[in-house]
Amino acid sequence: MNHLYLIIKREYLTKIKNKSFIIMTFLSPLIMIALISIVAYLSQLNNDKKRTISILDESGLFSEIFKNTGNTTYNYISNSTVREAKAFVKEKEQYGLLYISNGDLETVSKSVKFYSEDSPSLTIMSGLENKIERKLREEKLISNGLDIKQIENSRVNVSVAQESFEGQKSSKIDNILKLAFGGIAGYLLFMFIIIYGNMIMRSVIEEKTSRIIEVIISSVKPIQLMMGKIIGTSLAGVTQFAIWIILLGVLSTILSIVFNIDLISVQTPQQEVIQQAMDNPVLQDEITLVLQSFQNLPLANLIIAFLLFFIGGYLLYSSLYAAVGAAVDNETDTQQFMLPILMPLILAVYVGVFTVIDDPHGSVSTIFSFVPFTSPVVMLMRIPFGVPIWQQIVSLIILIGTFTSTVWFAAKIYRVGILMYGKKASYKELFKWLKY
Amino acid sequence: MSKLLVADSVSKNFGNFKALNNVSISIPKGSIFGLLGPNGAGKTTLIRIINQITMPDEGKVLLDGQALNSDHIKDIGYLPEERGLYKSMKVGEQVLYLAQLKGMSKSDAKAQLKYWFDKFEIGAWWNKKIQELSKGQAQKIQFIVTVLHRPKLLIFDEPFSGFDPINANLIKDEILKLREDGATVIFSTHRMESVEELCDHIALIHKSNKVLDGNLIDIKRQFKSNTFEVGLQSNNKEAVIKKIENKFEVAPATFKNVYDDVKLNVKIKPGTSPNQLLSFLTSKAEVHHFVEVIPSASDIFIQTVNNN
Repeated sequence: MNHLYLIIKREYLTKIKNKSFIIMTFLSPLIMIALISIVAYLSQLNNDKKRTISILDESGLFSEIFKNTGNTTYNYISNSTVREAKAFVKEKEQYGLLYISNGDLETVSKSVKFYSEDSPSLTIMSGLENKIERKLREEKLISNGLDIKQIENSRVNVSVAQESFEGQKSSKIDNILKLAFGGIAGYLLFMFIIIYGNMIMRSVIEEKTSRIIEVIISSVKPIQLMMGKIIGTSLAGVTQFAIWIILLGVLSTILSIVFNIDLISVQTPQQEVIQQAMDNPVLQDEITLVLQSFQNLPLANLIIAFLLFFIGGYLLYSSLYAAVGAAVDNETDTQQFMLPILMPLILAVYVGVFTVIDDPHGSVSTIFSFVPFTSPVVMLMRIPFGVPIWQQIVSLIILIGTFTSTVWFAAKIYRVGILMYGKKASYKELFKWLKY
Repeated sequence: MSKLLVADSVSKNFGNFKALNNVSISIPKGSIFGLLGPNGAGKTTLIRIINQITMPDEGKVLLDGQALNSDHIKDIGYLPEERGLYKSMKVGEQVLYLAQLKGMSKSDAKAQLKYWFDKFEIGAWWNKKIQELSKGQAQKIQFIVTVLHRPKLLIFDEPFSGFDPINANLIKDEILKLREDGATVIFSTHRMESVEELCDHIALIHKSNKVLDGNLIDIKRQFKSNTFEVGLQSNNKEAVIKKIENKFEVAPATFKNVYDDVKLNVKIKPGTSPNQLLSFLTSKAEVHHFVEVIPSASDIFIQTVNNN
């Protein structure tokens, strides 16, 4: 066991002391933050522009419809011709001129025009259209002899309350939150396997090409070396992930303080709409529902299952990566063996994305959450929706069983493969190695 | 002499290929044991079995009377033919790591390492990466890695390849010194002159079978053909040769001598004493050269391999 510790320590230290590893660790969050900041800054710049829109309303119907907002000021022009108004707006360098003619409702609705220097933004146009439409509809209803107040009062807001047979309340928000949890967990595992699985494979190949392997293997058992590599590399991976998360947090805080850019709620032109919606009491209820949903999530189950399935799935795949590394002589030869490893992994993500969202307890998602090569990803996506504990345990037992046999299988290939130089192994040969 | 290592009827198959077939060898304590054989004969497989890298299918290997187990790892130092170290790891760190894998404590390893670094005058390399060293320098480090933990059994697979003559000599002297200090050495090589120079026991493996083993001197005795190089001076060459040919089996010889009147390889019958030949010769002519032909390790190697 002392050997295992030494190997883990060496693998870990060489990984984290490696220059490209250090550069990647510190550069990736910087690049990410830089990209997000640029996007955020640009959209804020775009949105910060104050604009004035002049309105020439000959019908007199809209005098109280357009109210000033933070970025948009409405300026009513009266007693002037369209030509004069246009000249005025142009001279003042205003954003544009909204012209509404006089006449009956039909004529008014057809005669609305917007004059501007450049073509106006889509959000602004649809905002104007909405307001005019609403006003005209009201006018039409009144002219048909209907009472607007009554119509307003007859409006009903329906929100279907969801409750399980056990009495647990939930809502649509719940589902979204669950999807987010499952999706992030599954995706994290997927990324982790690909990045660090490859790293393990390369480090096995390195030992083969540098020919040190025979010296090492005369001191330690191949399986110790393999497990030491897997664990050491994973610890380096966890370190890298942790640094990324911390750096991202620190950097985004610094940025938002220094440049006053709020990265979390990047301002968009739609913000006005959102702000309006926030005043809506129904939506406020929904926000409390989100918090409630959060509490509704089987958090303890989620965390434990995440750890177990993450470790199990990761070990399963990384031992295969190690075996591939042992079977080949250089990285270019790995292609033929990579596909069978990547396929179940990608399949798992597809099953997770397409079927779990649709029906988390449907037969397809259930079956794939038991198949060992897809279960870590699929089960992690399903668990937030509440999977019976017995299913989780059975799946985990299958996973551990498979994991044990892949490690055994990988160790066999590893043991023979690391001492085979200059030979490009075929599947047939790998099969033979299992019997040595 | 007691045996340090005994391999008893060891066989190993790789699929349908028999790499070792019922091979038994025993290596006396304190000897330098030459493990010889053509390429692909099975030497490396045997060495790997001794190192517990591969397990034999049949037979067993005893070290100091005990069946090989993981405790023996620290007793064996192995310099494989395919050499290498972690290229981007620093010399000092690397040697300490490998020594600890062999079961040494860190402080002990450091002390030993200092001894060897002083001896080879390479203390300045401690913080260098292997990739910054020349091939010969890296080989020296590898040699230190092999012997640092003071193993009872040292296994060298082609130890001199890659060394210039000066360093090869240095390593040879170190090997001899380690033997004096009590280590037993297994020495696998194709270079017969170094076998001749160093080994006192040999085993020859050919096509997965052991075809010959034992004390090198005994083997030479066994292989010698009772032939003597004879150089004579006489006024009557033809007559002398005729007389010898009548009594013994004679072949022309090629040895160098200042007199070249008569040069012959004379073979005597088993049981005949060389003295009889010598007195016969002295009665016929002046004897200037009389040496028994002793087969070299190389002769034995080639002869044995060709006969099998």
